[in-house]
Amino acid sequence: MADIETGLKGQVSRREVLKKGLVGAAGLTVLPTVLAACSSAASTPSATPTAAPTPTPGAATPTPAAGTPTPVALTGALHVGSNHSDPSEKKGMDAIDAAFQAATGLAVTLNTVDHNTFQDQINNYLNTTPDDVFTWFSGFRMRFFASKSLGTAIDDVWAGVKSNYTAGFTTAVTGDDGKVYGIPVDYYPWCVFYRKSVFSDKGYTVPSTWTDFIALCNKMKTDGLTPIAFADKDGWPAMGTFDILNLRINGYDFHVGLMTGKQKWTDPKVTAVFTQWKQLIPFYTAGFAGLTWQQACDTLVQKKSGMFLLGLFLTGEFDTADPSGAAKKDLDFFPFPFLGNQYDAEKSLDAPIDIWMMSAKSQNLQADLANAKAYLKFWAAGSTQVLMYKANNGFIPTASDADTTQYDVLTQKAVQIVSAAQKITQFLDRDTRPDFAGANGMQSFLLNFLSNPGQDLTKFQQSIQDFWDKLPAYTG
Amino acid sequence: MSKIDTEGLAPAPEVLSGAGLALPDKRHHHYSLLTARDKVLLTLMVGVPLFVFLVLIWGTTLVSVALSFTDWNGVDPIRWVGLDNYTYLLNGYPFFWEAVKNNLWYLLVFIGFATPMGILLAVLLDREIRGSWLYQSIFFTPVVLSLAVVGLIWQLQLSPSAGNGFIDSMLTGTGLVAPANAPDWFGNAGPLFGIGILPSQNMASVLLVASWRHIGYIMVLYLAGLKSVDPSLREAAAIDGANERQTFFHVVFPVMAPINVVIVVVTVIESLRAFDLVYIINHGKNGLELLSTLITNNALSEAQLIGFGSAIAVILLLVALVPIVAYLTRVMRTEE
Repeated sequence: MADIETGLKGQVSRREVLKKGLVGAAGLTVLPTVLAACSSAASTPSATPTAAPTPTPGAATPTPAAGTPTPVALTGALHVGSNHSDPSEKKGMDAIDAAFQAATGLAVTLNTVDHNTFQDQINNYLNTTPDDVFTWFSGFRMRFFASKSLGTAIDDVWAGVKSNYTAGFTTAVTGDDGKVYGIPVDYYPWCVFYRKSVFSDKGYTVPSTWTDFIALCNKMKTDGLTPIAFADKDGWPAMGTFDILNLRINGYDFHVGLMTGKQKWTDPKVTAVFTQWKQLIPFYTAGFAGLTWQQACDTLVQKKSGMFLLGLFLTGEFDTADPSGAAKKDLDFFPFPFLGNQYDAEKSLDAPIDIWMMSAKSQNLQADLANAKAYLKFWAAGSTQVLMYKANNGFIPTASDADTTQYDVLTQKAVQIVSAAQKITQFLDRDTRPDFAGANGMQSFLLNFLSNPGQDLTKFQQSIQDFWDKLPAYTG
Repeated sequence: MSKIDTEGLAPAPEVLSGAGLALPDKRHHHYSLLTARDKVLLTLMVGVPLFVFLVLIWGTTLVSVALSFTDWNGVDPIRWVGLDNYTYLLNGYPFFWEAVKNNLWYLLVFIGFATPMGILLAVLLDREIRGSWLYQSIFFTPVVLSLAVVGLIWQLQLSPSAGNGFIDSMLTGTGLVAPANAPDWFGNAGPLFGIGILPSQNMASVLLVASWRHIGYIMVLYLAGLKSVDPSLREAAAIDGANERQTFFHVVFPVMAPINVVIVVVTVIESLRAFDLVYIINHGKNGLELLSTLITNNALSEAQLIGFGSAIAVILLLVALVPIVAYLTRVMRTEE
């Protein structure tokens, strides 16, 4: 059955992650394959339905191969490119690099670039003077650059740390050529965030159906709250809403098909997504097209808005906006409401995996190769990933030996929601080709819809499909 | 003077004959007025700029034109697609016409508003009014600031009140405007006053900010020109009984012809290459599309649609050539 997976190369990697699970579990819960081991100390090997070695946290300690950094003194240099530009994440990077230096004696040269800028310039960066190792995303987005020979295969590193991951992760970091190109270091789910105190003060209850959700929005509006915080100046946050609506309305298979070009954007099923979306727009923050997600998040911190569909990384902005931590203690979330159709059972959601990659064109790479590999290996340890987690609770460690007792209530809940999901997607701009998802591609199309939801949808969807059809053939 | 073989240095004598120096016409047996060193130097001085001009400017331009007929992504083998990119741009890509419209409005607003305002300020400041240096510094400050800073300053001013933008927070905070009606300066992509042909509302905000900077630029250029106008011309006009307005339009303005050409060319170039401001605001999405940002977003970002981006670049080149060539030929003709 394994050839089913390899036969599907070129598709959304998380699908393969999922299928790996499905193969073993005969159609049962999938993500536990990937994540159960870090979800709770109580999980047993029998709960992970694959044949691959999946150490439980308890069992992780005696397998130090991956878990503990090799105490070898390194010499030379290492250039590290990071998109962790938010203050909290930067702190996490500093802590990790300090730990790396303590373990190996090597001080890395850290090059931090603004998160959005890093993405925009990735082509130029990887083609000219990249750092030796760099932060990136799994999924189509990793395979796309691997297929352009802009990443170095790291099968040897992966072979050494693989035992510290549940089996599904291998497919998440495998390129079209079957080689491994990334080390998964964290993931985070997209959910609807809210303030517990606001809900209890006003007597709101967590909505689980669409009807309840809309009713709650209306109630919040009369109470003077912005029901749904929303911001799309950066272009990508709106993709999260498209993903979850498409997953809820049309199911995982259609969504993946749409992302990979097997389904058409002109399909009436896509019309249904936009039609449903129209109901939400009146509840959004005024001026959302000119706001960043951080600004919208601040309205949640200030209790001016009621709910916010975003990734768990939003907790970082809570740390920044309210350093006392009081606001974050008051934060909670729920999965996006269900629509009462056959896809409810999938409990699907976006839960992107972040990875570290090794570049191909770094001038220093040959000299730094051993250091780069040691660094990637270091990142594969739960103890390293927990350092980033401590700096920003939005990044849940992926390594099986991560110390889950460090997790706060929110994280435990996030792990639970992801584990309960039958189907997981990465995020629109990670699941589809980058030239389709770009600023004057899908980002602009979604903004166009949001600023003019009353437009002729047939024409609108046709223009998206035309854009897709225009793209050069992908030769993975 | 030595007789040397000019085979390898062919351009030099030709250039010289073009410059009016009398040189014997027969190539193979003549005595040159130039030493070998002169010829090498001349070849270098003419050859290097010529090389740079041909290869770096026209060479790359022609490559872009060629690439615009492909769907190259920067890696895979180049595949010719004929006019596909152009037909899609003109008939299918919804952001193209928005960008063309915005570029034209940029040009229109600069020519019709910002540049005349800059000239007006220059004329006023030229009259030696008290504190002229202060006004000059104030109007010129935006030009000194990099556009990144200009973008930041105006985003702080014009963010929605949810993002603590100063103007909207003030409007809603003082109760002058209901929060729901507060203008969304950089976010509202609807057409200005609901009239389709006008730029989007956020583009209008951008044009305002761009003008704020452009006015100071033109003012300084023009002021420098005005300072060089011979004062005796004004005196003569005044003695002849001309008023201020007549003096400016009939005496000063015609004398300033060379500066005027510069001003027009600068204005056209500035409006067509507009990029930084909208890119800083939102990368040229949601009503702020410009041809330059479309090129960047499609060809130079994470998306590597080099063929498609080149087609947009070619169109931008054509758009830029039309007014520049038209104006320059007109100016040249009148000078002859």
